[in-house]
Amino acid sequence: MNKAWRSRNHPAYWAFIVHRLSGLLLVLFLPFHFWALGRALHGAAAMDGFLRWTDQPLVKFAELGLVVLLGAHFTGGVRLLMLEFLDWREWQKALLAVATVVTVAIGIVFLVHVA
Amino acid sequence: MTSTSDKLTVRVWRGAADGEFRAYDVPRLPSQTVLDVVTHIQRAIDPNLSYRFACRVGMCGSCAMSVNGVARWTCRTHVDKVVDGNGELELGPLRNLPVIKDLVCDMRSFFDKWASARGYFHPTRNRTDDLERISPTSRARKRADAGVECIGCGVCYSSCDVVSWRPDYLGPAALNRAWTLINDVRDGGRAERIAAVAGDSGCHACHTHISCTERCPKGISPTASIAGLKRATALAALKGEL
Ligand code: HEM
Ligand code: SF4
Ligand code: SF4
Ligand code: FES
Repeated sequence: MNKAWRSRNHPAYWAFIVHRLSGLLLVLFLPFHFWALGRALHGAAAMDGFLRWTDQPLVKFAELGLVVLLGAHFTGGVRLLMLEFLDWREWQKALLAVATVVTVAIGIVFLVHVA
Repeated sequence: MTSTSDKLTVRVWRGAADGEFRAYDVPRLPSQTVLDVVTHIQRAIDPNLSYRFACRVGMCGSCAMSVNGVARWTCRTHVDKVVDGNGELELGPLRNLPVIKDLVCDMRSFFDKWASARGYFHPTRNRTDDLERISPTSRARKRADAGVECIGCGVCYSSCDVVSWRPDYLGPAALNRAWTLINDVRDGGRAERIAAVAGDSGCHACHTHISCTERCPKGISPTASIAGLKRATALAALKGEL
């Protein structure tokens, strides 16, 4: 029915969407990550070539995306585990805000130190 | 009413699952509830419209509908709070339940699941025994109190995506009821109830979307109750009781 999507417009549901999307994107990224680590087995030259490739701005930007994705999925996952395994308390409503802040902080730290 | 129009354009679901929305013009009044709007349509425009209500004061749980896409108790939902800026109101039956006609759903699957979750009291005493003394400050009593005011309106059930995804899911209301009984020290059905809610269609199917808690008109958090069941069933499994 037409307006049914409105029912889902609340913070915890958006958190679920972020969690599922980040989880699926990480699944796609993981094989690539292992392939990259596998380059090291082909010797220093191959690895260095790969690392030079990762120095490009666009690749760096994609890396930032991945780090934020992992940050969002990790903090969101810890939030869920806390909600489900600790006794329910009022302060847990703030967990979503904490998860968001930590995710942004992870992104900034990555930007400052790596990029 | 000042700037807002003195007329509501109300689109109401007519028919069963293959029905359609039909538009009605309804006069806008101060302190008007959504249930008032539906009643006006039935009494003044179209006597063939089917809907449910009984108490009109938020106790019986029979008047829930989808109001502009969101499940609500209609007797205590003011039009001012939910109407769109252009004076439009869309009223449909609850989601996740078979539509019988217009705004009336078949609630059987909803209540059958309360029974499947063993959401009924299992007495351990008879009338000649003393009354159980339960401290209002005990942890179990507080946990039961948090969920016990449920009126069985189905708003949470209708708002839960897990119910849409897997129709055998027991759902937030039945699981909330099970949790209040698990915390009732007078009840003797704990082991069976833990087993009843531990399965694939039980508490572990919940993804903590919190839509149920967001929408419950009684301010209950079925999500918190389900989290309690997740812990209780996990503990029972660890102890080898499941
Ligand atoms: C870093 C630590 C991580 C934590 C704490 C974590 C936590 C969680 C939790 C609690 C869930 C269940 C969500 C629910 O009930 O709906 C989940 C789902 C999921 N996770 Fe993770 N996870 C982590 C890392 C990862 C990684 C590295 C990947 C990908 C390779 C991943 C992929 C997924 C996927 C695809 C789902 C299913 C999403 C859904 O059901 O909506 N997770 N995670
Ligand atoms: S918290 Fe669980 S029961 Fe409530 S709406 Fe979400 S998935 Fe459904
Ligand atoms: S838990 Fe709340 S929303 Fe669900 S049936 Fe009970 S009163 Fe209605
Ligand atoms: S008519 Fe009884 S709760 Fe609305």
